[in-house]
Amino acid sequence: MPRLGADMTAGKVVKWLKRPGEQIKRGDVIAIVETDKANVDVESFVSGVLEKILVEPGDERLPVGTPLALIRTEGAAEPAARAAPVAAAAVAPAPVPPAAIAPARVPAAAVPPAAVYAAVPSAAAAGERARVSPAARKRALELRIDPTALAGTGPEGRVTLADVERAAQAGPVAQAAPVAQVAPAARAEPSPADAAAARQLRMREAIASSMSRSKREIPHYYLACTIDMGRALAWLAERNAGRAVTDRLIYAVLLIKATALALREVPELNGFWIDNRAQQSVAIHAGIAISLRGGGLVAPALHDADQRSLDDLMRGFQDLVKRARAWSLKSSEMADPTVTITSLGERGVESVFGIITPPQLALVGFGTPLERPWVVAGQVVPRPLLTATLSGDHRATDGHRGALFLAAVDRLLQQPEEL
Amino acid sequence: MAKMTYREAVRSAMRDALRADPRVFLMGEDVGKYGGAFGVSHGLLEEFGPTRIRDTPLSESTFVGAGIGAALGGMRPIVEVMTINFSLLALDQIVNNAATLRHMSGGQFGVPLLVRMATGGGRQLAAQHSHSLEGWYAHIPGIKVVTPATVADARGLLLAALKEPDPVLMFEHATLYPLEGESEDGTPMEIGRAALRRRGKDVSLIAYGGALGKTERAAAQLAELGVDAEVIDLRSLRPLDTEMILASVARTHRAVIVEEAWKTGGFAAEVSACIMEGAFDALDAPVARVCGAEVPMPYAQALEQAALPQPETIVKAVQGLF
Repeated sequence: MPRLGADMTAGKVVKWLKRPGEQIKRGDVIAIVETDKANVDVESFVSGVLEKILVEPGDERLPVGTPLALIRTEGAAEPAARAAPVAAAAVAPAPVPPAAIAPARVPAAAVPPAAVYAAVPSAAAAGERARVSPAARKRALELRIDPTALAGTGPEGRVTLADVERAAQAGPVAQAAPVAQVAPAARAEPSPADAAAARQLRMREAIASSMSRSKREIPHYYLACTIDMGRALAWLAERNAGRAVTDRLIYAVLLIKATALALREVPELNGFWIDNRAQQSVAIHAGIAISLRGGGLVAPALHDADQRSLDDLMRGFQDLVKRARAWSLKSSEMADPTVTITSLGERGVESVFGIITPPQLALVGFGTPLERPWVVAGQVVPRPLLTATLSGDHRATDGHRGALFLAAVDRLLQQPEEL
Repeated sequence: MAKMTYREAVRSAMRDALRADPRVFLMGEDVGKYGGAFGVSHGLLEEFGPTRIRDTPLSESTFVGAGIGAALGGMRPIVEVMTINFSLLALDQIVNNAATLRHMSGGQFGVPLLVRMATGGGRQLAAQHSHSLEGWYAHIPGIKVVTPATVADARGLLLAALKEPDPVLMFEHATLYPLEGESEDGTPMEIGRAALRRRGKDVSLIAYGGALGKTERAAAQLAELGVDAEVIDLRSLRPLDTEMILASVARTHRAVIVEEAWKTGGFAAEVSACIMEGAFDALDAPVARVCGAEVPMPYAQALEQAALPQPETIVKAVQGLF
């Protein structure tokens, strides 16, 4: 399970797009994973043959780092024999002697964790509410385990406190294994409304966790400057004139490009704070904050924003927004942003002082261009003014560098034809 | 501390009270010359004379009512009702007078009355002398209900009851009278505190009175089967020590209530409801009850034993929770 974003801790396999035995190339999308923020296409890190799928699609949230599949890389020897089935699949249903009593029957240390899952709860089969004891429900909530996904060892298949504790102890791999055996067929599928609500909840939790971490750990400084957008907007209007609607540019793309180019000049703002030091990134991947319907937001990457043409960025931007709102982003898009850009321009907001997305070093914010009085060459004239802001990590940079960056953005936007 | 029987413990507590407080006296059917239907007051007439150890007519309403009057008049009467079924004849006095007079008098009069009676089955006395109706009395605000299950508690709770300003009913399970044990050391006991008879981590067995011994035997059997059972002796049904019950269930996550009375509307249901209200999230299994069979008590010994909770039925109920 790849980490598809700095704050991701777990994800669900939604679908496999490759079958065992298929040849895959590095960068091929092999699976779709649902994170707290989006459905993400997972690209293969390596080329080779998909040897074995270890985790079937299901509701189990798998911690980052859980093996999902085996890929035999090119040049690696053909295995002598097919891989043995994973342990959990091989375990026979746990015997349940009718007269025996639980503590004697299931000494926690003696039973391999996987065996716990082998028996399918019969009572839960008909789509009725899964039998989970109140104590088990409470503990599962604390441990963030879905108790209905466990096979209960209590009377009538009831999931007990001990089942939850064992599932927690069994760790990620053992938790993953039972998915194929129990869950999907045995349990009622959650309704789409429930799933959406759960996704919303998890996204909120992810945002809460990330933003709390940011405010806890990152000493922010904030800068703002007013940019005269007159030239940029005039150039844009001229360029869009006569173009098909689908080919037109929006001013946000100018802001993205200007930001990316300004970061080349002040690279200290582009990168990550890891292991108590700033690690600058040569590549400039702009994380574009995209609000989602129903609340929440994601900030997937527009890769190499400094090197792409405006038209290319425009296409990338539109594609990104569409797929973000369809919960269908790629793993690299989630994991790669080196800086975040947020624009609340369309909402009529004048300025936005954002919270940095850990472990990034900076966040750039743009408000709405508003027609305001402005002094040009000694004359008060109406100009479309836009407030650009910078939230910087004071551990990595100081206000002086931040000021240089905003000045560069301003300068670049005065020469839109150069962007 | 002294070794004595439950019967002797009740007697010695009454003797201590009679010696210590001239307001204390005992009355009831055959408590004097005969020494009590269960021999509890044997020898007291000789020591304290017929004024303080009074035989009464066979009229429970009359002598319980007389006890209430004496209590109102400043005495500390102990009234013995032979068996619990006969107390039904005095229900109006107990429920409608003893329990209410403090309230009805606006707090002017209390009824510091102790009514003792034998309860329970297991002695082949058939359907009319084998009831366990103490749960009924525990329903009534205004009276306290104690159910000593050990020799020490028989003494301790009787002496504590005589210190109460309001009526106390003490239910002595008739099978306990010959039970031998250590008496308490004279430290005053408080009504309303349950006792933890055995510590365990897997299940809370909650019992009182005549069911305690069977429950402790069941716990011993369960230990051999690998189940570590905790045993709580309620000792007092009103007030009920919910604190101890809930704390225990919070540890063990399972509870079985053992009571000789019939299941429907019994006191076990009250304890169960308390657990649902106070420890729902701690429960890992439904609360179970082991109660008397819902039949008039059979005379035949085998049938009577089959109608009562037994260690084996308790063990079985516990097994059903895992």
